[in-house]
Amino acid sequence: MKARVFITLKSGVLDPQGKAIHHALEGLGFSGVNDVRAGKLIELDLADGTSDSDIEDMCRKLLANTVIENFRIERLQTA
Amino acid sequence: MNSAVIVFPGSNCDRDLAVALEQVTGRKPAMVWHKDAELPEGIDFIGVPGGFSYGDYLRSGAMAARSPVMRAVKDAAAHGVPVIGICNGFQVLTEAGLLPGALMRNAGLSFVCRNVPLRVENSQSLFTSAYDADEEIVFPVAHHDGNYQADEATLDRLEDEGRVAFRYLDECNGSARSIAGILNDAGNVLGLMPHPERVIEPAHGRTDGRRLFEGLLETVA
Repeated sequence: MKARVFITLKSGVLDPQGKAIHHALEGLGFSGVNDVRAGKLIELDLADGTSDSDIEDMCRKLLANTVIENFRIERLQTA
Repeated sequence: MNSAVIVFPGSNCDRDLAVALEQVTGRKPAMVWHKDAELPEGIDFIGVPGGFSYGDYLRSGAMAARSPVMRAVKDAAAHGVPVIGICNGFQVLTEAGLLPGALMRNAGLSFVCRNVPLRVENSQSLFTSAYDADEEIVFPVAHHDGNYQADEATLDRLEDEGRVAFRYLDECNGSARSIAGILNDAGNVLGLMPHPERVIEPAHGRTDGRRLFEGLLETVA
């Protein structure tokens, strides 16, 4: 079973990396980009039966720093 | 004073800190590897040094904060043992939950490596008693992720409780309220981005950092 964890900065937290990407996009001539926020994607390959609360626990204890980051878990259906 | 310096893979200021402690206390600190689950007996002071523990993987200090030795450090801190986290050590202490807030990428995105003027905001703490109130000092900084951030309520609480130990006098890295170093609520844990251990003897060009260790020695010993 696989799951993806998306980690994003909380709104209001300054994202210097996102700002730099935004600036670079403008430098390449892409207009109309209002804002850029950068985050992380972590893919987990998990034993079958790993519960949602286990994954949430992983996020809270290590994968995300909940002082500044939010996380969202997406389970992938495996065939 | 018996001190311990924690060593993670990627620490690179551990020896500087050990030299500073030995010079000031007259005793070599115990160098404690991150996989050790216990600290040596009778430790009066713990230093978490600067560097790039675990290559700054995931977030600066994130992996180190979950290493076995940090459980022992948390235990010791809870029992009142003074703990200092310098640079990466500060990042480790926030990630470990020993200090509030987080250290993010410098607002200017650049690695900052220079001497910075600081003001001693609290000269009554375990770590700062050898400084005068509002004294202005200079410590070097060398970091990429030193931008201290916390929510407004936390920042207000730090200010109201005198837990801002050091503040930058010039813009350095975008830190909220120019915070360079903070104390925990019990006052026995200090985290700061600037490096006091790099300014302890005349050959360093300045000796502003020496009094931090001397003050500590006086209060602890």
